[in-house]
Amino acid sequence: MTEFLQTGLTAHYNYWIYIILMLIGLWAMMAKVNLIKKIIGMNIFQTAIILFYVSIGAKKGGTIPILEHAPGHGHEYIMDAALYINPLPHVLMLTAIVVSVATLGVALALALKTYREHKTLDEDEILSHLSE
Amino acid sequence: MIWQIDTAMLLLVVVVALASLQVKDLLGAGILFGAYSFMMCVLWTVMGAVDVAFTEATVGAGVSTVLFIAAVFRTSRRTKD
Amino acid sequence: MKKLAFVTILLLGIVLMAITADFPRWGDPLSPASTYLSPHFIEKTMEETSVPNIVTAVLGDYRGYDTMFETTVVFCAGAACFFILGSFGREEDDKIRYFRHRDTGVVLKVQPHGTRPSSRADFERIDPTWTPYDFIISRVAGLMIPFIQLFGLYVVAHGHHSPGGGFQGGVILAASFLLLALSHNMRTLSARISNKVLGLMSASGVLIYAGWGALALAFGGNFLDYSVLGVLLGLDPIAARSMGIMIVEIGVALTVMSTMIIIYNNVASLGAYDEGL
Repeated sequence: MTEFLQTGLTAHYNYWIYIILMLIGLWAMMAKVNLIKKIIGMNIFQTAIILFYVSIGAKKGGTIPILEHAPGHGHEYIMDAALYINPLPHVLMLTAIVVSVATLGVALALALKTYREHKTLDEDEILSHLSE
Repeated sequence: MIWQIDTAMLLLVVVVALASLQVKDLLGAGILFGAYSFMMCVLWTVMGAVDVAFTEATVGAGVSTVLFIAAVFRTSRRTKD
Repeated sequence: MKKLAFVTILLLGIVLMAITADFPRWGDPLSPASTYLSPHFIEKTMEETSVPNIVTAVLGDYRGYDTMFETTVVFCAGAACFFILGSFGREEDDKIRYFRHRDTGVVLKVQPHGTRPSSRADFERIDPTWTPYDFIISRVAGLMIPFIQLFGLYVVAHGHHSPGGGFQGGVILAASFLLLALSHNMRTLSARISNKVLGLMSASGVLIYAGWGALALAFGGNFLDYSVLGVLLGLDPIAARSMGIMIVEIGVALTVMSTMIIIYNNVASLGAYDEGL
Protein backbone atom coordinates (compact mmCIF):
# COMPACT_ATOMS: atom_id res chain seq x y z
CA MET A 1 0.00 0.00 0.00
CA THR A 2 2.72 2.43 0.92
CA GLU A 3 4.85 1.64 -2.08
CA PHE A 4 1.77 1.98 -4.26
CA LEU A 5 1.34 5.49 -2.85
CA GLN A 6 5.04 6.21 -3.26
CA THR A 7 5.33 5.20 -6.90
CA GLY A 8 1.94 6.70 -7.52
CA LEU A 9 2.84 10.13 -6.22
CA THR A 10 6.05 10.32 -8.21
CA ALA A 11 5.20 8.53 -11.44
CA HIS A 12 1.45 8.28 -11.83
CA TYR A 13 0.15 11.47 -10.24
CA ASN A 14 -1.02 12.80 -13.57
CA TYR A 15 -3.28 9.78 -14.11
CA TRP A 16 -4.82 10.37 -10.69
CA ILE A 17 -5.67 13.95 -11.62
CA TYR A 18 -7.26 12.79 -14.90
CA ILE A 19 -9.39 10.29 -12.96
CA ILE A 20 -10.45 13.01 -10.52
CA LEU A 21 -11.47 15.25 -13.42
CA MET A 22 -13.45 12.46 -15.08
CA LEU A 23 -15.26 11.71 -11.82
CA ILE A 24 -16.11 15.40 -11.34
CA GLY A 25 -17.80 15.35 -14.73
CA LEU A 26 -19.62 12.09 -14.04
CA TRP A 27 -20.79 13.29 -10.62
CA ALA A 28 -22.14 16.50 -12.16
CA MET A 29 -24.12 14.53 -14.70
CA MET A 30 -25.71 12.41 -11.98
CA ALA A 31 -26.15 14.66 -8.97
CA LYS A 32 -26.86 18.13 -10.32
CA VAL A 33 -30.48 19.19 -10.63
CA ASN A 34 -30.20 21.87 -13.32
CA LEU A 35 -30.08 20.69 -16.95
CA ILE A 36 -27.41 23.16 -18.04
CA LYS A 37 -25.12 22.03 -15.21
CA LYS A 38 -25.57 18.46 -16.38
CA ILE A 39 -24.51 19.50 -19.87
CA ILE A 40 -21.44 21.26 -18.48
CA GLY A 41 -20.62 18.05 -16.60
CA MET A 42 -20.86 16.06 -19.82
CA ASN A 43 -18.37 18.38 -21.49
CA ILE A 44 -15.96 18.19 -18.55
CA PHE A 45 -16.11 14.39 -18.78
CA GLN A 46 -15.38 14.46 -22.50
CA THR A 47 -12.43 16.85 -22.27
CA ALA A 48 -10.95 14.86 -19.36
CA ILE A 49 -10.95 11.71 -21.50
CA ILE A 50 -9.34 13.61 -24.38
CA LEU A 51 -6.68 14.85 -21.96
CA PHE A 52 -5.95 11.29 -20.89
CA TYR A 53 -5.47 10.09 -24.45
CA VAL A 54 -3.31 13.02 -25.49
CA SER A 55 -1.02 12.52 -22.51
CA ILE A 56 -0.40 8.93 -23.59
CA GLY A 57 1.30 10.21 -26.71
CA ALA A 58 3.77 12.47 -24.95
CA LYS A 59 7.45 11.52 -25.05
CA LYS A 60 10.32 12.94 -23.03
CA GLY A 61 12.47 14.99 -25.36
CA GLY A 62 10.20 14.66 -28.36
CA THR A 63 9.05 17.53 -30.52
CA ILE A 64 5.73 18.25 -32.24
CA PRO A 65 4.67 15.75 -34.93
CA ILE A 66 5.49 17.88 -37.98
CA LEU A 67 8.50 16.65 -39.91
CA GLU A 68 11.47 19.00 -39.82
CA HIS A 69 14.00 19.76 -42.49
CA ALA A 70 17.50 18.35 -42.06
CA PRO A 71 19.90 21.21 -41.35
CA GLY A 72 21.96 22.18 -44.34
CA HIS A 73 20.12 20.02 -46.87
CA GLY A 74 16.81 21.75 -47.28
CA HIS A 75 14.96 19.03 -49.14
CA GLU A 76 15.43 16.08 -46.84
CA TYR A 77 13.53 15.50 -43.64
CA ILE A 78 14.62 14.07 -40.31
CA MET A 79 12.61 10.89 -39.92
CA ASP A 80 13.77 9.39 -36.65
CA ALA A 81 10.79 7.95 -34.79
CA ALA A 82 12.18 8.66 -31.33
CA LEU A 83 12.42 12.40 -32.00
CA TYR A 84 8.72 13.03 -32.57
CA ILE A 85 5.90 12.48 -30.16
CA ASN A 86 3.29 9.89 -31.00
CA PRO A 87 0.76 11.36 -33.43
CA LEU A 88 -1.89 8.63 -33.28
CA PRO A 89 -3.80 9.80 -30.17
CA HIS A 90 -3.94 13.32 -31.61
CA VAL A 91 -5.73 12.06 -34.69
CA LEU A 92 -8.36 10.20 -32.71
CA MET A 93 -8.92 13.09 -30.36
CA LEU A 94 -9.44 15.60 -33.17
CA THR A 95 -12.49 13.63 -34.18
CA ALA A 96 -13.59 13.40 -30.55
CA ILE A 97 -13.50 17.18 -30.04
CA VAL A 98 -15.63 17.91 -33.09
CA VAL A 99 -18.12 15.20 -32.15
CA SER A 100 -18.31 16.64 -28.64
CA VAL A 101 -19.29 20.07 -29.92
CA ALA A 102 -21.93 18.54 -32.18
CA THR A 103 -23.32 16.64 -29.17
CA LEU A 104 -23.29 19.89 -27.18
CA GLY A 105 -25.41 21.58 -29.85
CA VAL A 106 -28.01 18.82 -29.85
CA ALA A 107 -28.06 18.66 -26.02
CA LEU A 108 -28.68 22.42 -25.79
CA ALA A 109 -31.44 22.16 -28.39
CA LEU A 110 -33.14 19.45 -26.31
CA ALA A 111 -32.78 21.54 -23.14
CA LEU A 112 -34.37 24.53 -24.85
CA LYS A 113 -37.25 22.40 -26.10
CA THR A 114 -37.79 21.10 -22.56
CA TYR A 115 -37.83 24.68 -21.27
CA ARG A 116 -40.43 25.60 -23.87
CA GLU A 117 -42.69 22.78 -22.66
CA HIS A 118 -42.29 22.97 -18.86
CA LYS A 119 -41.07 26.55 -18.31
CA THR A 120 -38.30 25.33 -16.00
CA LEU A 121 -34.88 23.73 -16.25
CA ASP A 122 -35.04 22.00 -12.88
CA GLU A 123 -35.04 18.22 -13.03
CA ASP A 124 -37.22 17.76 -9.91
CA GLU A 125 -39.90 20.12 -11.16
CA ILE A 126 -39.93 18.51 -14.58
CA LEU A 127 -40.36 15.07 -13.04
CA SER A 128 -43.24 16.31 -10.89
CA HIS A 129 -44.89 17.83 -13.98
CA LEU A 130 -44.56 14.55 -15.83
CA SER A 131 -45.95 12.40 -13.05
CA GLU A 132 -49.12 14.35 -12.48
CA MET B 1 7.23 18.77 -20.58
CA ILE B 2 8.37 20.80 -17.60
CA TRP B 3 6.73 19.08 -14.69
CA GLN B 4 6.20 22.19 -12.57
CA ILE B 5 4.06 23.90 -15.20
CA ASP B 6 2.18 20.67 -15.84
CA THR B 7 1.30 20.07 -12.19
CA ALA B 8 0.25 23.67 -11.60
CA MET B 9 -1.95 23.71 -14.71
CA LEU B 10 -3.58 20.38 -13.82
CA LEU B 11 -4.51 21.56 -10.32
CA LEU B 12 -5.83 24.84 -11.74
CA VAL B 13 -7.97 22.93 -14.24
CA VAL B 14 -9.57 20.88 -11.46
CA VAL B 15 -10.30 24.04 -9.47
CA VAL B 16 -11.93 25.82 -12.43
CA ALA B 17 -14.02 22.74 -13.29
CA LEU B 18 -15.34 22.56 -9.73
CA ALA B 19 -16.01 26.30 -9.71
CA SER B 20 -18.01 26.25 -12.93
CA LEU B 21 -20.25 23.58 -11.45
CA GLN B 22 -20.83 25.30 -8.12
CA VAL B 23 -21.76 28.88 -9.02
CA LYS B 24 -25.46 29.65 -8.90
CA ASP B 25 -25.46 32.03 -11.83
CA LEU B 26 -25.67 30.19 -15.16
CA LEU B 27 -23.98 32.96 -17.09
CA GLY B 28 -20.98 32.75 -14.76
CA ALA B 29 -20.95 28.98 -15.21
CA GLY B 30 -20.77 29.43 -18.98
CA ILE B 31 -17.89 31.90 -18.77
CA LEU B 32 -15.99 29.66 -16.33
CA PHE B 33 -16.54 26.80 -18.74
CA GLY B 34 -14.90 28.89 -21.45
CA ALA B 35 -11.93 29.48 -19.14
CA TYR B 36 -11.71 25.74 -18.38
CA SER B 37 -11.70 24.98 -22.08
CA PHE B 38 -8.92 27.47 -22.73
CA MET B 39 -6.80 26.06 -19.90
CA MET B 40 -7.17 22.59 -21.41
CA CYS B 41 -5.89 24.05 -24.67
CA VAL B 42 -2.79 25.42 -22.91
CA LEU B 43 -2.20 22.01 -21.26
CA TRP B 44 -2.25 20.27 -24.60
CA THR B 45 0.12 22.81 -26.13
CA VAL B 46 2.58 22.14 -23.31
CA MET B 47 2.28 18.41 -24.00
CA GLY B 48 3.03 18.99 -27.68
CA ALA B 49 -0.38 18.30 -29.24
CA VAL B 50 -0.65 21.44 -31.36
CA ASP B 51 -3.42 20.28 -33.69
CA VAL B 52 -5.65 19.21 -30.80
CA ALA B 53 -4.96 22.47 -28.95
CA PHE B 54 -5.80 24.52 -32.07
CA THR B 55 -9.11 22.71 -32.45
CA GLU B 56 -10.00 23.08 -28.78
CA ALA B 57 -9.11 26.78 -28.81
CA THR B 58 -11.46 27.52 -31.70
CA VAL B 59 -14.22 25.06 -30.80
CA GLY B 60 -14.20 25.20 -27.01
CA ALA B 61 -13.31 28.76 -26.21
CA GLY B 62 -15.11 30.11 -29.27
CA VAL B 63 -18.21 28.36 -30.54
CA SER B 64 -19.03 26.34 -27.43
CA THR B 65 -19.04 29.31 -25.05
CA VAL B 66 -21.22 31.34 -27.45
CA LEU B 67 -23.70 28.44 -27.65
CA PHE B 68 -23.90 28.19 -23.86
CA ILE B 69 -24.51 31.91 -23.45
CA ALA B 70 -27.16 31.84 -26.18
CA ALA B 71 -28.93 28.96 -24.42
CA VAL B 72 -28.78 30.75 -21.04
CA PHE B 73 -30.16 33.90 -22.69
CA ARG B 74 -33.18 31.99 -23.91
CA THR B 75 -33.90 30.30 -20.56
CA SER B 76 -33.58 31.45 -16.98
CA ARG B 77 -30.34 32.64 -15.48
CA ARG B 78 -30.64 31.51 -11.87
CA THR B 79 -30.40 27.98 -10.67
CA LYS B 80 -31.09 26.37 -7.34
CA ASP B 81 -27.88 24.40 -7.14
CA MET C 1 -30.18 9.73 -4.77
CA LYS C 2 -27.31 12.15 -4.36
CA LYS C 3 -25.71 10.07 -1.62
CA LEU C 4 -25.98 7.00 -3.81
CA ALA C 5 -24.33 8.88 -6.67
CA PHE C 6 -21.52 10.06 -4.41
CA VAL C 7 -20.85 6.57 -3.06
CA THR C 8 -20.82 5.12 -6.59
CA ILE C 9 -18.35 7.76 -7.76
CA LEU C 10 -16.09 7.12 -4.78
CA LEU C 11 -16.00 3.37 -5.41
CA LEU C 12 -15.36 3.90 -9.11
CA GLY C 13 -12.54 6.29 -8.26
CA ILE C 14 -10.84 3.81 -5.96
CA VAL C 15 -11.05 1.05 -8.57
CA LEU C 16 -9.65 3.30 -11.30
CA MET C 17 -6.79 4.53 -9.17
CA ALA C 18 -5.85 0.97 -8.31
CA ILE C 19 -5.67 0.20 -12.03
CA THR C 20 -3.21 3.01 -12.70
CA ALA C 21 -0.41 1.11 -10.98
CA ASP C 22 0.15 -0.78 -14.22
CA PHE C 23 0.32 2.21 -16.54
CA PRO C 24 3.61 3.25 -18.13
CA ARG C 25 5.38 6.34 -16.91
CA TRP C 26 4.37 9.65 -18.39
CA GLY C 27 6.60 10.36 -21.35
CA ASP C 28 8.05 6.90 -21.78
CA PRO C 29 9.23 6.41 -25.38
CA LEU C 30 8.89 2.63 -25.10
CA SER C 31 5.25 2.58 -23.98
CA PRO C 32 2.98 0.25 -25.95
CA ALA C 33 1.12 3.15 -27.52
CA SER C 34 4.25 4.37 -29.25
CA THR C 35 5.74 1.15 -30.54
CA TYR C 36 3.61 -0.53 -33.17
CA LEU C 37 1.99 1.76 -35.71
CA SER C 38 3.29 5.19 -34.91
CA PRO C 39 6.95 4.63 -35.96
CA HIS C 40 5.61 3.42 -39.32
CA PHE C 41 3.54 6.58 -39.68
CA ILE C 42 6.40 8.87 -38.68
CA GLU C 43 8.95 7.29 -41.01
CA LYS C 44 6.81 6.50 -44.02
CA THR C 45 4.58 9.58 -44.31
CA MET C 46 6.97 11.57 -46.47
CA GLU C 47 7.70 8.86 -48.99
CA GLU C 48 4.11 7.68 -49.30
CA THR C 49 2.12 10.90 -49.19
CA SER C 50 4.64 13.79 -49.20
CA VAL C 51 2.81 15.65 -46.43
CA PRO C 52 5.06 16.85 -43.57
CA ASN C 53 2.23 17.25 -41.05
CA ILE C 54 1.86 13.68 -39.79
CA VAL C 55 -1.48 14.32 -38.06
CA THR C 56 -3.08 15.64 -41.26
CA ALA C 57 -1.70 12.73 -43.28
CA VAL C 58 -3.05 10.13 -40.87
CA LEU C 59 -6.40 11.95 -40.54
CA GLY C 60 -6.96 12.46 -44.23
CA ASP C 61 -5.37 9.43 -45.79
CA TYR C 62 -4.52 6.53 -43.50
CA ARG C 63 -7.67 6.91 -41.36
CA GLY C 64 -9.84 8.63 -43.95
CA TYR C 65 -12.86 6.37 -43.40
CA ASP C 66 -13.07 7.56 -39.81
CA THR C 67 -12.97 11.22 -40.85
CA MET C 68 -15.67 10.69 -43.44
CA PHE C 69 -18.10 9.34 -40.90
CA GLU C 70 -17.22 12.06 -38.47
CA THR C 71 -18.17 14.63 -41.10
CA THR C 72 -21.47 12.78 -41.50
CA VAL C 73 -22.02 12.92 -37.73
CA VAL C 74 -21.49 16.69 -37.74
CA PHE C 75 -23.97 17.07 -40.59
CA CYS C 76 -26.52 14.90 -38.75
CA ALA C 77 -26.12 17.02 -35.61
CA GLY C 78 -26.94 20.15 -37.60
CA ALA C 79 -29.97 18.47 -39.11
CA ALA C 80 -31.08 17.23 -35.67
CA CYS C 81 -30.89 20.74 -34.20
CA PHE C 82 -32.99 22.02 -37.06
CA PHE C 83 -35.65 19.34 -36.62
CA ILE C 84 -35.83 19.64 -32.84
CA LEU C 85 -36.18 23.39 -32.64
CA GLY C 86 -37.27 24.63 -36.02
CA SER C 87 -40.77 25.94 -36.34
CA PHE C 88 -42.34 25.16 -39.64
CA GLY C 89 -44.94 27.44 -41.09
CA ARG C 90 -45.16 30.90 -42.51
CA GLU C 91 -44.97 34.16 -40.68
CA GLU C 92 -48.15 34.45 -38.64
CA ASP C 93 -50.40 37.40 -39.27
CA ASP C 94 -52.36 37.09 -36.04
CA LYS C 95 -49.71 38.55 -33.74
CA ILE C 96 -48.73 42.11 -32.93
CA ARG C 97 -45.80 43.14 -35.14
CA TYR C 98 -43.44 46.08 -34.76
CA PHE C 99 -41.82 47.99 -37.58
CA ARG C 100 -39.15 50.60 -37.16
CA HIS C 101 -38.37 53.39 -39.61
CA ARG C 102 -34.67 53.28 -40.31
CA ASP C 103 -33.93 56.99 -40.62
CA THR C 104 -36.00 58.53 -37.84
CA GLY C 105 -36.37 55.62 -35.38
CA VAL C 106 -40.15 55.81 -35.20
CA VAL C 107 -41.66 52.42 -34.29
CA LEU C 108 -45.04 51.36 -35.67
CA LYS C 109 -47.12 48.79 -33.85
CA VAL C 110 -49.29 46.84 -36.25
CA GLN C 111 -52.29 45.01 -34.74
CA PRO C 112 -53.13 41.43 -35.70
CA HIS C 113 -54.22 41.10 -39.31
CA GLY C 114 -53.34 44.70 -39.96
CA THR C 115 -51.59 45.97 -43.04
CA ARG C 116 -47.81 46.08 -42.84
CA PRO C 117 -45.82 49.00 -44.29
CA SER C 118 -45.31 48.46 -47.97
CA SER C 119 -41.78 49.78 -48.38
CA ARG C 120 -39.29 47.13 -47.22
CA ALA C 121 -36.30 49.40 -47.64
CA ASP C 122 -37.46 52.03 -45.17
CA PHE C 123 -38.97 49.86 -42.48
CA GLU C 124 -37.31 46.95 -40.71
CA ARG C 125 -39.10 44.31 -38.68
CA ILE C 126 -38.06 44.23 -35.02
CA ASP C 127 -39.11 42.26 -31.95
CA PRO C 128 -40.04 43.25 -28.40
CA THR C 129 -36.53 42.39 -27.21
CA TRP C 130 -34.78 44.73 -29.66
CA THR C 131 -32.05 46.97 -28.26
CA PRO C 132 -30.40 49.86 -30.14
CA TYR C 133 -27.18 48.88 -31.81
CA ASP C 134 -23.83 50.16 -30.78
CA PHE C 135 -22.18 51.96 -33.68
CA ILE C 136 -18.63 51.26 -32.53
CA ILE C 137 -19.10 47.55 -32.04
CA SER C 138 -20.82 47.00 -35.35
CA ARG C 139 -18.25 49.00 -37.33
CA VAL C 140 -15.19 47.44 -35.67
CA ALA C 141 -16.61 43.94 -36.09
CA GLY C 142 -17.36 44.73 -39.70
CA LEU C 143 -13.71 45.65 -40.21
CA MET C 144 -12.43 42.49 -38.53
CA ILE C 145 -14.63 39.93 -40.28
CA PRO C 146 -12.85 39.84 -43.68
CA PHE C 147 -9.48 39.25 -42.00
CA ILE C 148 -10.86 36.45 -39.86
CA GLN C 149 -12.23 34.80 -42.98
CA LEU C 150 -8.90 35.18 -44.74
CA PHE C 151 -7.17 33.56 -41.79
CA GLY C 152 -9.69 30.72 -41.83
CA LEU C 153 -9.00 30.04 -45.50
CA TYR C 154 -5.26 30.17 -44.80
CA VAL C 155 -5.62 27.58 -42.04
CA VAL C 156 -7.54 25.25 -44.36
CA ALA C 157 -4.98 25.60 -47.15
CA HIS C 158 -1.88 25.18 -44.96
CA GLY C 159 -2.96 22.03 -43.18
CA HIS C 160 -0.15 20.14 -44.87
CA HIS C 161 2.77 22.11 -43.50
CA SER C 162 1.59 23.63 -40.23
CA PRO C 163 -0.99 22.83 -37.55
CA GLY C 164 -4.38 23.31 -39.07
CA GLY C 165 -6.54 21.54 -41.58
CA GLY C 166 -10.21 21.23 -42.36
CA PHE C 167 -11.80 21.31 -38.90
CA GLN C 168 -9.93 24.26 -37.51
CA GLY C 169 -10.39 26.35 -40.66
CA GLY C 170 -14.09 25.53 -40.85
CA VAL C 171 -14.69 26.58 -37.24
CA ILE C 172 -12.76 29.84 -37.74
CA LEU C 173 -14.88 30.64 -40.80
CA ALA C 174 -18.02 29.90 -38.80
CA ALA C 175 -16.78 32.15 -36.00
CA SER C 176 -16.55 35.07 -38.43
CA PHE C 177 -20.22 34.68 -39.33
CA LEU C 178 -21.14 34.35 -35.67
CA LEU C 179 -19.34 37.64 -35.06
CA LEU C 180 -21.57 39.20 -37.69
CA ALA C 181 -24.67 37.80 -35.99
CA LEU C 182 -23.56 38.97 -32.55
CA SER C 183 -22.49 42.48 -33.47
CA HIS C 184 -25.27 43.34 -35.87
CA ASN C 185 -28.47 41.31 -35.94
CA MET C 186 -29.50 37.79 -36.78
CA ARG C 187 -31.60 39.14 -39.63
CA THR C 188 -28.40 40.66 -41.08
CA LEU C 189 -26.82 37.21 -41.02
CA SER C 190 -29.91 35.66 -42.63
CA ALA C 191 -29.78 38.29 -45.35
CA ARG C 192 -26.15 37.39 -46.07
CA ILE C 193 -26.52 33.61 -45.89
CA SER C 194 -29.99 32.13 -45.85
CA ASN C 195 -30.73 28.88 -44.06
CA LYS C 196 -31.41 27.11 -47.31
CA VAL C 197 -27.89 27.87 -48.57
CA LEU C 198 -26.42 26.68 -45.27
CA GLY C 199 -28.24 23.38 -45.45
CA LEU C 200 -27.12 22.85 -49.03
CA MET C 201 -23.50 23.68 -48.17
CA SER C 202 -23.33 21.25 -45.28
CA ALA C 203 -24.73 18.46 -47.42
CA SER C 204 -22.39 19.26 -50.29
CA GLY C 205 -19.38 19.02 -47.97
CA VAL C 206 -20.22 15.41 -47.17
CA LEU C 207 -20.90 14.82 -50.88
CA ILE C 208 -17.44 16.13 -51.82
CA TYR C 209 -15.75 13.81 -49.34
CA ALA C 210 -17.70 10.66 -50.17
CA GLY C 211 -17.79 11.50 -53.86
CA TRP C 212 -14.02 11.87 -54.04
CA GLY C 213 -13.61 8.49 -52.41
CA ALA C 214 -16.17 6.91 -54.73
CA LEU C 215 -14.37 8.43 -57.73
CA ALA C 216 -11.37 6.36 -56.72
CA LEU C 217 -13.63 3.30 -57.03
CA ALA C 218 -14.52 4.35 -60.57
CA PHE C 219 -10.86 4.52 -61.53
CA GLY C 220 -10.06 1.01 -60.39
CA GLY C 221 -8.68 1.50 -56.88
CA ASN C 222 -10.23 0.90 -53.48
CA PHE C 223 -12.66 3.27 -51.84
CA LEU C 224 -10.80 6.37 -50.58
CA ASP C 225 -7.57 5.30 -52.29
CA TYR C 226 -6.41 8.62 -53.71
CA SER C 227 -3.30 7.39 -55.52
CA VAL C 228 -5.25 6.02 -58.52
CA LEU C 229 -6.73 9.47 -59.13
CA GLY C 230 -3.39 10.71 -60.39
CA VAL C 231 -4.53 10.23 -63.98
CA LEU C 232 -7.42 12.62 -63.36
CA LEU C 233 -5.21 15.37 -61.96
CA GLY C 234 -2.14 14.67 -64.07
CA LEU C 235 0.16 13.85 -61.14
CA ASP C 236 2.17 10.87 -59.96
CA PRO C 237 0.50 8.70 -57.26
CA ILE C 238 2.30 10.26 -54.28
CA ALA C 239 1.37 13.83 -55.17
CA ALA C 240 -2.16 12.64 -55.99
CA ARG C 241 -2.51 11.47 -52.40
CA SER C 242 -1.40 14.87 -51.15
CA MET C 243 -3.90 16.63 -53.42
CA GLY C 244 -6.62 14.16 -52.42
CA ILE C 245 -6.11 15.06 -48.77
CA MET C 246 -6.46 18.74 -49.69
CA ILE C 247 -9.76 18.20 -51.49
CA VAL C 248 -11.36 16.21 -48.72
CA GLU C 249 -10.25 18.86 -46.22
CA ILE C 250 -12.19 21.43 -48.25
CA GLY C 251 -15.28 19.23 -47.98
CA VAL C 252 -14.80 18.89 -44.22
CA ALA C 253 -14.36 22.66 -43.79
CA LEU C 254 -17.58 23.37 -45.72
CA THR C 255 -19.63 20.98 -43.60
CA VAL C 256 -18.20 22.10 -40.27
CA MET C 257 -18.69 25.79 -41.08
CA SER C 258 -22.34 25.47 -42.13
CA THR C 259 -23.22 23.15 -39.26
CA MET C 260 -21.85 25.53 -36.63
CA ILE C 261 -23.87 28.40 -38.10
CA ILE C 262 -27.02 26.24 -38.28
CA ILE C 263 -26.65 25.18 -34.65
CA TYR C 264 -26.15 28.79 -33.55
CA ASN C 265 -29.17 29.97 -35.57
CA ASN C 266 -31.42 27.39 -34.00
CA VAL C 267 -30.21 27.71 -30.42
CA ALA C 268 -30.06 31.50 -30.26
CA SER C 269 -33.48 32.15 -31.70
CA LEU C 270 -35.46 29.10 -30.53
CA GLY C 271 -36.11 28.13 -34.09
CA ALA C 272 -37.77 31.30 -35.20
CA TYR C 273 -34.72 32.99 -36.77
CA ASP C 274 -35.84 36.45 -35.83
CA GLU C 275 -33.81 38.02 -33.09
CA GLY C 276 -30.74 36.34 -31.69
CA LEU C 277 -28.48 37.48 -28.89
